[in-house]
Amino acid sequence: METFVQVLLDGMLNGMVYALVAAGLCIIWGVMDVINFAHGEYLMVAMYVSYWLGFLLNVDPLLSVIAAGIFIFILGAMTYQLIIRYTIGKPGLVALLATFGLAIFLKNACMNRFSPNFLILTDTWLSDKTLHMGNLIFPVPQLVAGLLSLVVVGMIYALINTTRFGWAIQATAMDRDAAELMGINTDRIYLVVFGIGGACVGIAGGIMPSYLAVHPEVGSMFGLIAFVCVAMGGFGSIPGAFIAGILVGSVEALAGFYIAPVFKYIAVFGLYLTVVFLRPKGIFGW
Amino acid sequence: MQRKALNKKDALWLGFVVLLALLPLAPVVAANSFHMHVAILILLFASMAQAWNIIGGYCGQVSFGHSVFFGIGAYGAGMAVVTYGGTPWPGILIGVMLAAAIAVVISYPCFKLSGHYFAIATFAIVEIFHRTFLVWDWVGGALGLDYPLVKEGLKNLMWYDTKTGYYYCALILFLLIFGVVRWLEGHRFGYYMRAVREGQETAESLGVNSTAVKLAAMALSAALTALCGAFFVQYNLRVDTPMVMSLDMSMKFVLITVLGGSGTLVGPLLGAAVLIPLQEYSRALWGGLGGGVDLIIFGLLIILIVVKQPAGMIGIIRDIGKRVLKQKSAAKGDSADGTP
Repeated sequence: METFVQVLLDGMLNGMVYALVAAGLCIIWGVMDVINFAHGEYLMVAMYVSYWLGFLLNVDPLLSVIAAGIFIFILGAMTYQLIIRYTIGKPGLVALLATFGLAIFLKNACMNRFSPNFLILTDTWLSDKTLHMGNLIFPVPQLVAGLLSLVVVGMIYALINTTRFGWAIQATAMDRDAAELMGINTDRIYLVVFGIGGACVGIAGGIMPSYLAVHPEVGSMFGLIAFVCVAMGGFGSIPGAFIAGILVGSVEALAGFYIAPVFKYIAVFGLYLTVVFLRPKGIFGW
Repeated sequence: MQRKALNKKDALWLGFVVLLALLPLAPVVAANSFHMHVAILILLFASMAQAWNIIGGYCGQVSFGHSVFFGIGAYGAGMAVVTYGGTPWPGILIGVMLAAAIAVVISYPCFKLSGHYFAIATFAIVEIFHRTFLVWDWVGGALGLDYPLVKEGLKNLMWYDTKTGYYYCALILFLLIFGVVRWLEGHRFGYYMRAVREGQETAESLGVNSTAVKLAAMALSAALTALCGAFFVQYNLRVDTPMVMSLDMSMKFVLITVLGGSGTLVGPLLGAAVLIPLQEYSRALWGGLGGGVDLIIFGLLIILIVVKQPAGMIGIIRDIGKRVLKQKSAAKGDSADGTP
């Protein structure tokens, strides 16, 4: 029983990070109906930002989080300005394939500049520390990453639901033309939403180098898991993406521990298929 | 009038095919096995994209799961030769039928999903198959299957000295799949598929059983895809999961068709004729520079083409055609019909 709780909690901590990555994808999807295929690659770039800050300037990932968030915010806004802007109103496949091209570009640009080797930061503030609570053991880096993700997802949710700017985002998501008639600059809303979506994944990627190695392929799996979380949670629903993220993290950890490590992703994708076959629009979709 | 236009188009096709069939006789191409390799890949990927085009282009169901069927075809041929030591033919037959059966089974629940939910479900299916095959010892697991050296010829579907045999096989595959799609275009079933793409509810209200149409289109598409997979593995003489059953492979089906022009007969050929040489020659030119340069350019080009002309290359050609027509008609003094 104790092992079960331990594995479950580990999975949930991972799941919170998934939830943050998924929340970034979720608002982009919810507002613009665009699947950002380069989302996992944003995460990878954020990890490189955090790694190089730590390696060259000795900045701890805990502080680099801010830099990585800002960097990916700019990257996201640039993606919108240079690519996505031209795909709005065209078939959904166009934006998906354009961001797929961006993903190939980012992955190989990083491979070219930083080599395909695994890079890991040692001696960070958090590395190798653990927290004992009774018989349960928490690795501190994962714990901090999970709690940080929880806070950021909460902030995004509050931003969208309580501020004037958030209402403008919601209005744009509901009906672009009507929102424009109400005097909302929807082009700017899209730009900022893409930036915020990027910032979410930037923050997640910023903290990760304190416990995960960086390499050009690291983002692909996170990206796929984020798609699954968002679709499982339901179209554009941040609470849905959050719950789905935690669910995916738990199932991944439990299947990896109790069945076999190779089965963890089979279980995750199987879970997605089960959920959407029962509820074709996801848990919170309608 | 209609009849005559059709004949002219078909004659054009016939001339093109004869040209393709005579290509290996040209010493410039046949003497250089790399050119030959590119020609074979163009034909193969055009066939693959055309198989995808049936369900993705004509029927409007954007599937990212075609590498599953491709992989099943590849493993069918591979296992018949490597595991059971026979000729690939029975394996190809089993692979094709199995791919069609699996397509029906997994597509039936997936067709209840719409839009991005469907797309992500097909991603999930690819990942499940990929990871299962990776640890399944019976199909070779993570090591994959390496072909033994057996006698070359049509019986074993293997050639070593020249690539000419492979080239003609690829041409036959290409003709078969393009022929099927050409036939579908004029057939009742082709109209059903396009009706389902344009509006499922409308099609159903007119008495089209949309689920049956989609399932049949998916089964046909999967069977033809598996055939391409079998040829691919015979050409490669090696099969492993990341090569044939990955998301990257799935994306190639979609990318080539959409870049060429989905839902059109020539689209897949155009897409393959542009993308495959681009990929192969840029790899040959810059692949040795420390990796990635070829793919960096490839990624940028994908963005550029998709954003500039979402209808694909066929759209670019139509634009040019329209401009020429407009100039002609302006000279004549009457208005041009916009429809090609």
